[in-house]
Amino acid sequence: MIEVDAEKCSGCKKCVKVCPYGAVTMADKLAVIGDECNLCGACEQNCPEGAITIQRKKVEIDESKFKDVWVVAEIAENKLKNVTLELLGKGRELADELGQTLCAVLIGKDVKSYTKVLGEYGADKIYLAENDLLEFYNTDSYNMIISGMILQFNPNIVLFGATHVGRDLAPRIASNLELGLTADCTGLSIDEGRLLQTRPAFGGNVMADILSHTRPQMATVRPNVMKKLESPTDKVPEIVEVSVNVDPRGMRTKVLERTEISGVGAVKIDEADVIIAGGRGLGSKENLKLLQDLADELGGVLGASRVIVDEQWLPKSQQIGQSGITVSPKLYIGAGISGAIQHLVGMKSSDTIIVINKDPNAPIFEVAKIGVVGDLTQVIPALIEAIKAHKAAQ
Amino acid sequence: MKIVACVKQVPDTTEVKIDEKTGTLIREGVPSIINPFDQFAVELAIKLKEEHGGEVSVISMGPPQAKAVLTKSLALGADKAVLLSDRKFAGADTLATAYTLALAIEKLGDFDLVLCGLQAIDGDTAQVGPEMAQRLKIPQITYAENVVFEDNKFIVDKLTESGLEKLQVKPPALVAVITPSDFVPGNPPFSKIMKAKKKPLDTWTADDLGGDPERFGLNGSPTWVKRVYSPPRKEKGEILTDPPEEVAKRLVEILAKEGFL
Ligand SMILES: Cc1cc2nc3c(=O)[nH]c(=O)nc-3n(C[C@H](O)[C@H](O)[C@H](O)COP(=O)(O)OP(=O)(O)OC[C@H]3O[C@@H](n4cnc5c(N)ncnc54)[C@H](O)[C@@H]3O)c2cc1C
Ligand SMILES: Nc1ncnc2c1ncn2[C@@H]1O[C@H](COP(=O)(O)O)[C@@H](O)[C@H]1O
Repeated sequence: MIEVDAEKCSGCKKCVKVCPYGAVTMADKLAVIGDECNLCGACEQNCPEGAITIQRKKVEIDESKFKDVWVVAEIAENKLKNVTLELLGKGRELADELGQTLCAVLIGKDVKSYTKVLGEYGADKIYLAENDLLEFYNTDSYNMIISGMILQFNPNIVLFGATHVGRDLAPRIASNLELGLTADCTGLSIDEGRLLQTRPAFGGNVMADILSHTRPQMATVRPNVMKKLESPTDKVPEIVEVSVNVDPRGMRTKVLERTEISGVGAVKIDEADVIIAGGRGLGSKENLKLLQDLADELGGVLGASRVIVDEQWLPKSQQIGQSGITVSPKLYIGAGISGAIQHLVGMKSSDTIIVINKDPNAPIFEVAKIGVVGDLTQVIPALIEAIKAHKAAQ
Repeated sequence: MKIVACVKQVPDTTEVKIDEKTGTLIREGVPSIINPFDQFAVELAIKLKEEHGGEVSVISMGPPQAKAVLTKSLALGADKAVLLSDRKFAGADTLATAYTLALAIEKLGDFDLVLCGLQAIDGDTAQVGPEMAQRLKIPQITYAENVVFEDNKFIVDKLTESGLEKLQVKPPALVAVITPSDFVPGNPPFSKIMKAKKKPLDTWTADDLGGDPERFGLNGSPTWVKRVYSPPRKEKGEILTDPPEEVAKRLVEILAKEGFL
């Protein structure tokens, strides 16, 4: 499976350093691969002597059978999700490079009206499946329909948003059709005709480039990372209506109750452009008012670290991070947040990150474009004043 | 009620540091822990068992040292544990992992509920749960914060991007959990750790599982890691330490320049 060529190994220890699993050790100046080895290939790629090899199964793929780039559209609150439009932007690039067609998969009840926007943002063709039973997302019915479409039309690439829905659905389909699936990609490109999928791992401490040797190549993609087309076109897409039979008995989970986010300060943050986030450093619930005032000046919404949610100062819907929501707004301002890894993974890919923290050693400074070392109860009021003055002067 | 909980041993990513000079991960001294989401899954399984009777089995796939997370699960109150360990499992991506775990769950016999974490904090993929559910041909609910059992049905609270859903599903089902706000992963007391040593903990290899040997580990993995590297280091940000008024001026300049004002 993995072998070290004792003749070639020079004992340079490079493999020990690059192994993300800590699986390589040295014995008598020879690399030894331990049980923790996950065959990720980091040592193989970095060995200057070419002494390490992993035996991989040879796989033949008939590339000619699989064509087109698909984006699975997602609708929430009577609107296409931003991530769908972003995926179309990226998908357009990929499809053009491959000389293939960009298609959107649109499923739901009375959703035909969305085809216009999908076309404007880049889709050449739309596979449309409508049925009254498809009004709300259901794992079983959506799995059945999309799996069926994939088998019928043989796409080359299928992309999903890494949303709560996408992350529920994509692995189900992947397992159904025995396909590779790469989660939470932050980069996609074409490498010798194949889809090169880039994603963070180990809490963002390493990046991995991943290839799939099954077709279609499937990935979920982080919201707010890809760019949608800047100026929508007036393209009218071709519509392919796919007839579907939905048996309600096959939909094995039933929604008893749906509560939209509620509570004081509850707003959706997953697609917000500007987020002002607060942490334990706020000190008291009263100081949330400061953040809200700043958010109002900047047209933003409030987010929080977990501590603030645990204290019930803000509802769970505002929690950013590993066990909350992943965000990547154009502007993230974090005040009184230390930057624990669980929080960082949820906001690191934001465009402009400004942080305010008393402690110059707080880890959050490492991801900040602008780091203010100071007391938020002084900095934020001063900032609000300065913004007001700036606006008045214009 | 028969429950199977899936637990993975992961490096504590909060402790992982990057070597400033080489830009590589420093793994030395990084403790291995039970994936926090999985610990909640185990504790939830035990709570359901205490309320409704039954048995909790825990399974983990990993190298021999992954036994530690099973011993801990037994000490927390699980009844039996199985470690799936074999060099043939190495290099498994989520599909091959799900295949292996699903075979083990089937081998354990009938079950009402499979509980797993939403995601493992080393890979963060959140794929193994749904991939197992599909293979086991059972319904799934992900992003779950709680599970109760009423009238022969599971009632599950699921976090969505726009709020909460209360879902209902009949057994057998798979539920992938996130940690609710009030959950603090604890350590079992020493007395329970000692007792846990008497509980059954088996190790199964590829041969014990049967199945198609081509679908284990690297061979059974349709995704290949082409390259692993440290993320490009962002240039050091600008640090402001002036008095608040000065800082505010500079911030306004930047916000205006970037088009936020
Ligand atoms: C399984 C698991 C999942 C988790 N999921 C999440 C998650 O999704 N999201 C999340 O956020 N956390 C999550 N956490 C918790 C996480 O580990 C941290 O505990 C949390 O993010 C810390 O929040 P904080 O930064 O607000 O508080 P602290 O870490 O206490 O930081 C407070 C900061 O405020 C600064 N400060 C204090 N006073 C002032 C002042 N007057 N002015 C300026 N700065 C000040 C301090 O210097 C300090 O850096 C999770 C933990 C676990 C175990
Ligand atoms: N090797 C493994 N052994 C046991 N359970 C696992 C393993 N890998 C993943 N799981 C389970 O699947 C969940 C999701 O993992 P992942 O898809 O890797 O993010 C985890 O929280 C575990 O419950």
